[in-house]
Amino acid sequence: MTRQRNRLRGMVSLPEEPARLELHHVTVVYGGHLALEDVTVQVPHGARAAVVGPNGAGKSTLFKALMGLVPLRAGQIFIHGQPLGAHHDCVAYVPQREEVDWRFPVTVADVVMMGRYGHLGWLRRPDAHDRAIVQRSLEQLGIAELAERPIGDLSGGQQRRTFLARALAQEPHILLMDEPFTGIDVATLETTLQVLDRLRDAQVTVLLSTHDLNLAATYFDRVILLNRRLIHYGPPEEVLTPETITETFGGQVFWLEPRGGGARVATASHCCPPEQSIPPRRQ
Amino acid sequence: MMLFDWLVAPLSYGFMQRGLIASVLVGVLCAVVGCYIVLRSMAFLGDALAHGILPGVAIAYLLQINLTVGALAAGIAVALGIAFLSRPGTIKEDTAIGILFAASLSLGVLLISTIRTYAVDLTHILFGNVLGVSPGDLWLIGGLACVVLATIVLLYKEFLVLSFDPVHAAALRLPTNLLRHLMLILLALTIVVSLQIVGVGLVAAMLVTPGATAYLVTRRLSRMMVLAAGLGAFSGVVGLYLSFYFNVASGAAVVLTATVLFVLVFLLAPHKGVLWQRRRPLL
Repeated sequence: MTRQRNRLRGMVSLPEEPARLELHHVTVVYGGHLALEDVTVQVPHGARAAVVGPNGAGKSTLFKALMGLVPLRAGQIFIHGQPLGAHHDCVAYVPQREEVDWRFPVTVADVVMMGRYGHLGWLRRPDAHDRAIVQRSLEQLGIAELAERPIGDLSGGQQRRTFLARALAQEPHILLMDEPFTGIDVATLETTLQVLDRLRDAQVTVLLSTHDLNLAATYFDRVILLNRRLIHYGPPEEVLTPETITETFGGQVFWLEPRGGGARVATASHCCPPEQSIPPRRQ
Repeated sequence: MMLFDWLVAPLSYGFMQRGLIASVLVGVLCAVVGCYIVLRSMAFLGDALAHGILPGVAIAYLLQINLTVGALAAGIAVALGIAFLSRPGTIKEDTAIGILFAASLSLGVLLISTIRTYAVDLTHILFGNVLGVSPGDLWLIGGLACVVLATIVLLYKEFLVLSFDPVHAAALRLPTNLLRHLMLILLALTIVVSLQIVGVGLVAAMLVTPGATAYLVTRRLSRMMVLAAGLGAFSGVVGLYLSFYFNVASGAAVVLTATVLFVLVFLLAPHKGVLWQRRRPLL
């Protein structure tokens, strides 16, 4: 904890006010389409924000923009008050399963060690300190015994844990997770939620895209409702109203009225295959 | 003793000594660089670069300068041309390769057709002439091979993360375009060095076949490279002996040796081999 804060101070001069992630009127054109239009969001340091929107809403483009992978047509992005690109490697990204070449000859430990490459710099080999961090990340995700296995041999849940462990080993200030809850097993979901709690303790800002409105409402401080434009941003109880959800998803939402009263539940109908139901949170 | 004589007899010729050293160097170099070609599905690029070198050789011949220098210039020009033409969102890399490959090859043939007495040298360029390696050529091959191999060892982790997960490489703020161009230049150097041994027509096989063989039996990139290097060197030596004793074309003999090794492993490799997979249901 303390070490991480110190390291953070060493890397970028922290402003007096709480450091944060800021997007000012960000517009991105991607593949000839207007993917994001005039998005302005300020995420406080250490907050956990769900990015919710239908397919093609620009969730992945938003993440690519935050990593500096796509140029901004207009607007600016600031991390800790400094423009994007002024930082070393403070943004970590957990890719979707489909984005990874699972036949590549690397082991679980190799992949997690890639999280350390940014800290290592050119021409340097990992030392005992890096290996200790990799080991700790593996243990936090419960995959230490899989360290020497090739990634192609793992189950879907184990593969996701591997990439989350890599993000932890990177010791990021901002963590981006693209659809981490789509089609995972309950155990991996539980582990992921535990890791998210630990990251909150370490003041890591997390942006996570999801289709799951219930999950967004239950586990997140902030919700970014996105459909090319920013529909609404704020705490989930403010943001996730029937009106805003309908505005975001259009006709793609079913409203389920539970028998015997209780809250109405929204389900984005285009999520297929249907996602796992979320177990009650253990305290 | 018979076997010993059989092995030692050719070494009494200087051209065989130089040929053997050159074959081993090229076998190792092509195999190591080829691992990236195999993993990133760039076999087409390797072939295209090899043919793209032809006009450089022809121009060098017409201007009466060193053929290797001409090949080197053309190889780097084509590599950078491909990198320049292929941009995300407009032209795909394989389209850019296709255009430049055909253009260079045509230019090469056009230039060669203006030369009357070119038949012998052209055959050597197309299919290699390892037994014509001069001491000067050997120094050039050795020097360039050391440069390429040293770069691959020093930038191992950068090239690994770029090949496996370019998005993570970008998140780490690695200069991904620079590294991509560097890899193309290393490939061009490898091809130029290999021309004299296996020729334009066969260099793609030396790049791809040992790497593909090693991929079937290893699960880590570093081991895959070491094994591929061994297979490449072995193919070079065996091919050269076959060429010596049966009086057949040396480049073709080297490539066919590598192919035989591939077929054996393809059939017999544990887990990934065809026969192993056949065997499974019976157990």
